[in-house]
Amino acid sequence: MSRNMVIIGAGQAGARAALELREQGWKGGISLIGREAHPPYERPPLSKDAMVGEAAASPAAIISKASAAELGIELATNTSAMRIDPSGHRVLLQDGRELGYERLLLATGASSRRLLIGGKEPAGLLYLRTYPDALLIRDRLSAGSRIVIVGAGFTGLELAASARQRGCEVVVLEAGPRILMRGVSAEIAADVYALHRAQGVAFELGVGIKAIEPIEPAAMGIGRRHLVKLADGRTIECDAVIAGIGAVPDTSLAESAGLEIENGIRASHTLATSDADIFAAGDCCSFPHPLYGGRRIRLESWRNAEDQGAHAAAAMLGGKEPYAAVPWFWSDQYDRTLQVSGLSDAGATTVARIAEDGVNRLFFGLDEGGRLVSASGIGAANIAKDIKAAELMIQRRLVPDPALLARPGIKLKSLLLPASEEKGA
Amino acid sequence: MAENWVEVCAANEIEQEDVIRFDHADRTFAVYRSEDDRYFATDGYCTHERFHLADGFVMGSTIECPKHNGRFDYTTGKAKKAPVCVDLKTYPVKVENGKVYLRAEA
Repeated sequence: MSRNMVIIGAGQAGARAALELREQGWKGGISLIGREAHPPYERPPLSKDAMVGEAAASPAAIISKASAAELGIELATNTSAMRIDPSGHRVLLQDGRELGYERLLLATGASSRRLLIGGKEPAGLLYLRTYPDALLIRDRLSAGSRIVIVGAGFTGLELAASARQRGCEVVVLEAGPRILMRGVSAEIAADVYALHRAQGVAFELGVGIKAIEPIEPAAMGIGRRHLVKLADGRTIECDAVIAGIGAVPDTSLAESAGLEIENGIRASHTLATSDADIFAAGDCCSFPHPLYGGRRIRLESWRNAEDQGAHAAAAMLGGKEPYAAVPWFWSDQYDRTLQVSGLSDAGATTVARIAEDGVNRLFFGLDEGGRLVSASGIGAANIAKDIKAAELMIQRRLVPDPALLARPGIKLKSLLLPASEEKGA
Repeated sequence: MAENWVEVCAANEIEQEDVIRFDHADRTFAVYRSEDDRYFATDGYCTHERFHLADGFVMGSTIECPKHNGRFDYTTGKAKKAPVCVDLKTYPVKVENGKVYLRAEA
C-alpha cells in the first residue's frame, strides 16, 4: 500500500487537512488536488472585502505554492479527480495520472445551486463561489447600476450590502416569506432586514419569478442587462442578476465510488465514510452531531471546513475522537456582525438579551430541558465575546438560569461554572 | 518622553480576564488584564487577517480571534492554534497610580 495521503478538493477543509497531516507528524506523501487555478484560498472575503476593497491580484492564500513545496505537499491546481478505485486504493486524475493512497480525504465542497425557471437556467446569471466568480461580480457593481439579487440567504445579503457600499441600487427577491430562512431565528432575521432597509435595499418577499431575459440579446454574456419578470406581472430592468439560492454538495465522485450519500457524503462520528479508508470533511460532508442527539447535519461554513479538515487529518492517522465542535458561523453586513453558535432550530424556547444601548442583541435557544442549544447575536464586532461564552456553555451542555441569560449586566462568562477546565489551553 | 510610555486607561477599566482595544498614533493595540491582575499588550490586529483581537475572547492566558478562532498566548505573543502561525508582537506594560501605560517602541 502506498505511503501517500490523497486529498481531493483544495478549499478550506482540504488545505487545512494537508497542513494538519504534516503538523501531526505524517512523513509520507501528501497530494492535494484542486480543480481551481489558484492555490487554496480564503473564501469568506469574496462576498465582502473582495467586492468593496481594493481589487487584489490574487486571493488570500491558505497555502502558497512555495509553502506547499517547503512542506512537501504536492499541490495540483487546475486538476479534477475523475474516478476513485476503493479496492485498488487509487485515484484517477483528469490529466491521466493515477495516485495510490493509503487514506483518502474527500473535501469536494459544494457548488452554487443553479436558478431554474420552468426547468431551465436563464442565460447570463452571476453566481458566487470562487475567486473568478467574485471578479466577474465585482466588475458589474459600478455606482448607479441596478442589481437584482435572487435569494435572501447569507451570500445574497452580503452581496447586497457590498453592492450598496459600491453605490448600486439593489433589489433582493426571495421566494420565502422572510429573509434568512435557514440558520437564524426570526428575531435575528428581522434585525438584518431592518438594517438592509435602512441602507436602502429593496426587498420583494414571497415573490415568484416568471422569466429572466436578456435585454440586448446581441450583447448577451455573463452578467449583462436583464429584464426580470415577476409572477405577479411586474417587471424589473437591471444591469445584472446574481443568484444566491444555496449550494449543493459535490458528491458525484463519492457516489460513483459507491460511497453512501445522505444529504452529502455520509460520514461517521469520526468523519469516516462507508469505506474505512476514505474520509469526508467540509461542505460536502454530513455527519451525526453528538451534542444534538446524533442528529445528522451538514454545515456550510468556514469554521466547519477548518475544524473538520483538521479533525479528518487526525482520523486519517488513526484518531478515533468523535467530531463534536459546536456549529458556528459569522456574517458581516455593513458595520454589523452576526454570529451564530449551535443549531438555532434545536431550541424550544428563546431568551433575549438586549444591551442597554440596543446595539448588541442576543437570542438564546433552550431545549425542553432548559439546556442551551443555540445563541445568535447581531451587533458590534465585540458580540463575538458573548457568542464565544455561549459556545462554551453549549459545548458543556449547561442549563443556565434564563433570568441571568436575559440580563445584559451579567457577564455571560460568569455563567460558565464550574470554573473553566480549558484555562490556558 | 525618554521612554515613550503612553497612558492607556485606568487599571479598572479593563475587567479581569478581558481585553480592550487601544488606538494610538495610527496604530492599534490590544491591552489585556489577566485573572490575577497582571497587564499585557500586543498588536491589535490578528496576524492572520486584519481583525481586532480586542473583540475576541480571553481564557486564562489565551486570546482567541473573534473571526477565525486562531489563538495566541497574549503574555508571550506566541501563536497557539491554526489558522494563526505568525506570533503577535508584544509591548511592555506598567501600572502606576491606578493607570495602565504601554511602551510602543519609538
